[in-house]
Amino acid sequence: MKLAYWMYAGPAHIGTLRVASSFKNVHAIMHAPLGDDYFNVMRSMLERERDFTPVTASIVDRHVLARGSQEKVVENITQKDQQQKPDLIVLTPTCTSSILQEDLQNFVNRASLESNSDVILADVNHYRVNELQAADRTLEQIIRFSVEKARKNNVLNTEKTIKPSANILGIFTLGFHNQHDCRELKRLLNDLGISINEIVPEGGSIKNLKNLTKAWFNLVPYREVGLMAANYLQNEYSMPYVGITPMGIVDTANCIREISTIIKNQNPDIEFNTEKYIDQQTRFVSQAAWFSRSIDCQNLTGKKAVVFGDATHAASMTRILAREMGINVSCAGTYCKHDADWFREQVQGFCDQVLITDDHTQVADMISRIEPSAIFGTQMERHIGKRLDIPCGVISAPVHIQNFPLGYRPFLGYEGTNQIADLVYNSFTLGMEDHLLEIFGGHDTKEAITKSLSTESGCSWSPDGLAELKKIPGFVRGKVKRNTEKFARERNITEITVEIMYAAKEVIGA
Amino acid sequence: MTNSKLTETLTFECETGNYHTFCPISCVAWLYQKIEDSFFLVIGTKTCGYFLQNALGVMIFAEPRYAMAELEEADISAQLNDYKELKRLCLQIKQDRNPSVIVWIGTCTTEIIKMDLEGMAPRLEAEIQTPIVVARANGLDYAFTQGEDTVLAAMVQRCPSNAPEQNQIEKKSLVLFGSLPTNVATQLNLELERCGIQVAGWLPSQRYADLPVLNQNVYVCGINPFLSRTATTLMRRRKCKLISAPFPIGPDGTRAWLEKICSVFNVAPINLIERERLIWDSLEDYIALLRGKSVFFMGDNLLEISLARFLVRCGMIVYEIGIPYLDKRFQSAELQLLEKTCSEMNVAMPRIVEKPDNYNQIQRIRELQPDLAITGMAHANPLEARGINTKWSVEFTFAQIHGFTNARDILELVTRPLRRNKALENLGWNQLVKM
Repeated sequence: MKLAYWMYAGPAHIGTLRVASSFKNVHAIMHAPLGDDYFNVMRSMLERERDFTPVTASIVDRHVLARGSQEKVVENITQKDQQQKPDLIVLTPTCTSSILQEDLQNFVNRASLESNSDVILADVNHYRVNELQAADRTLEQIIRFSVEKARKNNVLNTEKTIKPSANILGIFTLGFHNQHDCRELKRLLNDLGISINEIVPEGGSIKNLKNLTKAWFNLVPYREVGLMAANYLQNEYSMPYVGITPMGIVDTANCIREISTIIKNQNPDIEFNTEKYIDQQTRFVSQAAWFSRSIDCQNLTGKKAVVFGDATHAASMTRILAREMGINVSCAGTYCKHDADWFREQVQGFCDQVLITDDHTQVADMISRIEPSAIFGTQMERHIGKRLDIPCGVISAPVHIQNFPLGYRPFLGYEGTNQIADLVYNSFTLGMEDHLLEIFGGHDTKEAITKSLSTESGCSWSPDGLAELKKIPGFVRGKVKRNTEKFARERNITEITVEIMYAAKEVIGA
Repeated sequence: MTNSKLTETLTFECETGNYHTFCPISCVAWLYQKIEDSFFLVIGTKTCGYFLQNALGVMIFAEPRYAMAELEEADISAQLNDYKELKRLCLQIKQDRNPSVIVWIGTCTTEIIKMDLEGMAPRLEAEIQTPIVVARANGLDYAFTQGEDTVLAAMVQRCPSNAPEQNQIEKKSLVLFGSLPTNVATQLNLELERCGIQVAGWLPSQRYADLPVLNQNVYVCGINPFLSRTATTLMRRRKCKLISAPFPIGPDGTRAWLEKICSVFNVAPINLIERERLIWDSLEDYIALLRGKSVFFMGDNLLEISLARFLVRCGMIVYEIGIPYLDKRFQSAELQLLEKTCSEMNVAMPRIVEKPDNYNQIQRIRELQPDLAITGMAHANPLEARGINTKWSVEFTFAQIHGFTNARDILELVTRPLRRNKALENLGWNQLVKM
């Protein structure tokens, strides 16, 4: 048992559901007790999703515990099959229901006989993997299932497209700026003359997975989700993949060069020169390289920063800060413990120390020890920063509603470099602003002129009234005080007690 | 249109469907704030922890008096001694926070692995010298707000039987149960004081040390509809007498609640009818927006019957009331008042559906096209995108809705979607999905 207040990565079933619900025509059935299906709320509220979430809970209750859940699960599967007519149904337990050790595979087999859609069981150990690992596994499982099925039915398209094309693997729901990154990647590939074959799973259709093998290569922008699927496609169908995350000027260029190598390997005759494009984008289209050279960025040289997040974003950010902006990264860290080796290798030489942990208290201790000028981390680090009065830019999941902006804010590609430069600059500068204002005597040099007439009210407040007033949240207190005093004045009441306050509320709605 | 025949009594159905509501451990979010010297330890898995982390939102960063005892693989496969593990965690909590009481919240996982929390708690309590209360707020048996019910029922055992002054034994006293923000509780106390009745205590109290005295001379009355287990525990274990009344939600409910308490204490209520009328007058501007409009409750927080009854009195038509669980005895007075209100307002009785199936309800909403759907956050956005006005139901659990003073707050919530969407009407932004 461990005492936990906060976790960076969610439980495994969330990863499975994120992948399943990203596809266009997949329905997921959660075998779980009441209340475990908060995923639907997260997706609807954080991503402001307009459609109903294609996840149904097959409720585990006392009846189910007593009699076994076979009938109920099978019935729910066949019911959803008729109601929603999906192409694929994915059954997943949660940590709780997995303890029941029911033979879910058996239920899936039975349900398959009666339903039109395919039914599979998400094959994930809920106590050994977290959200990200489960998502990776489920994506691979769904791709493998569909591709194998297509192969058996002789409809698998292994003939490559005439012009270069790519699949993008790993864009999915509730991902950190995934939608924006996807747009930017499409633009980038388009600029390079590469057409998009399939994007999986976001908006992808199960029916089209048989076309995956038509593409020349796979692009896996985020290390956490998509690698297993890419490896499968490489091992079974010799499809190469690009695993370099195009984040930051240098790594975007590296990614493009890697793509270029792969394209030329597949077809040595093809005209494919990327150096000019890279140079043009780097020096003139993206503003980030110019920003690094500009004189107010010089002031950032040598400033201390701390970076923490998922492996992909934390590693990339560390490299950007150190290499492209001359900032000293005192500590770089990640909560993706299973990827520690890769992470260390990536940030080697770009930071002073490395912290691999999923315990946020250790991260907080490290930050308060180092006292950086800025933090680049997750929402948890943002709150640590607030407590310690250190500015923080958010660069990674776990997510908050703020990380689903309506405007276009990618982290990848050349537009991403601009966004990142803005984020870095604002984080350091606004922090400086606050310090300067403090040094020079505060934000307001004039006494605030209030609109209240309470000085002329002629009312006094009884001790219990004052105590009650204090309980009202600060941002509303002034208004309540004024309204109550107005009410009292109109009725010639001189002392305001708790009862008068409530009476005022009833009449004025204060 | 289903305004056909007016049935004379309420009909109840049970759909035993797949519906969404929050896990009962969510009660920790408001109970730890209410009981100021408490610490809540939820014994569960990552799924529970992640849910609370998201449910508490930004409050999780304010170091709330709550933590997860996260069960790992070794715990599930009984390789670790759970007593030793819990002892270790509780000692750490005692050292860090020093609470007056630690509340262990059992979850579905502890139910399934049959962890004997009630057996371990007394032993551990004696060892670490801090009271430990065990409440099984799990999703196998309960829904959402019923989590509070299990915690309060568990706290009943800790209430003293006698007041220090012995001469108070013979007098009738009144204890109210249900968790309310302190200012609302004060408001209700004042209402009763005006009728000449002193409230002897509240369960839960703001501090653990102030739990009310409970014995056979104590009359108890609940303020929320989901507290049936607490009610039965009070009656059976402590021999208290339960006052059954509609709940003090809305001016009509508040008056009926006060009148019932007064009648039990043989006191004539003063001025209540006039007070109620004044409140209704002050609500007229909001009521004008609701009159004749229809509403559909998908159901999740068990407040649905009381809210529906209030809205019928405001002149709305209620098509359907979905509700996870309905204790007909505990809510009998409320159900009667609902029936009476419907026939007085001359509207059809709503269909009451326990354990509804959300998918079927969405189809019914599509057919009925109610003016307002009160639904959980899993369905609110998709319904809005399809042109249905929605009010997300969870807000009723966190807003202050009890008593005369807060009646307007309920209508502020209910009319908000209607007011907002009326303003957007001229822009034609109704259908925001491609059909």
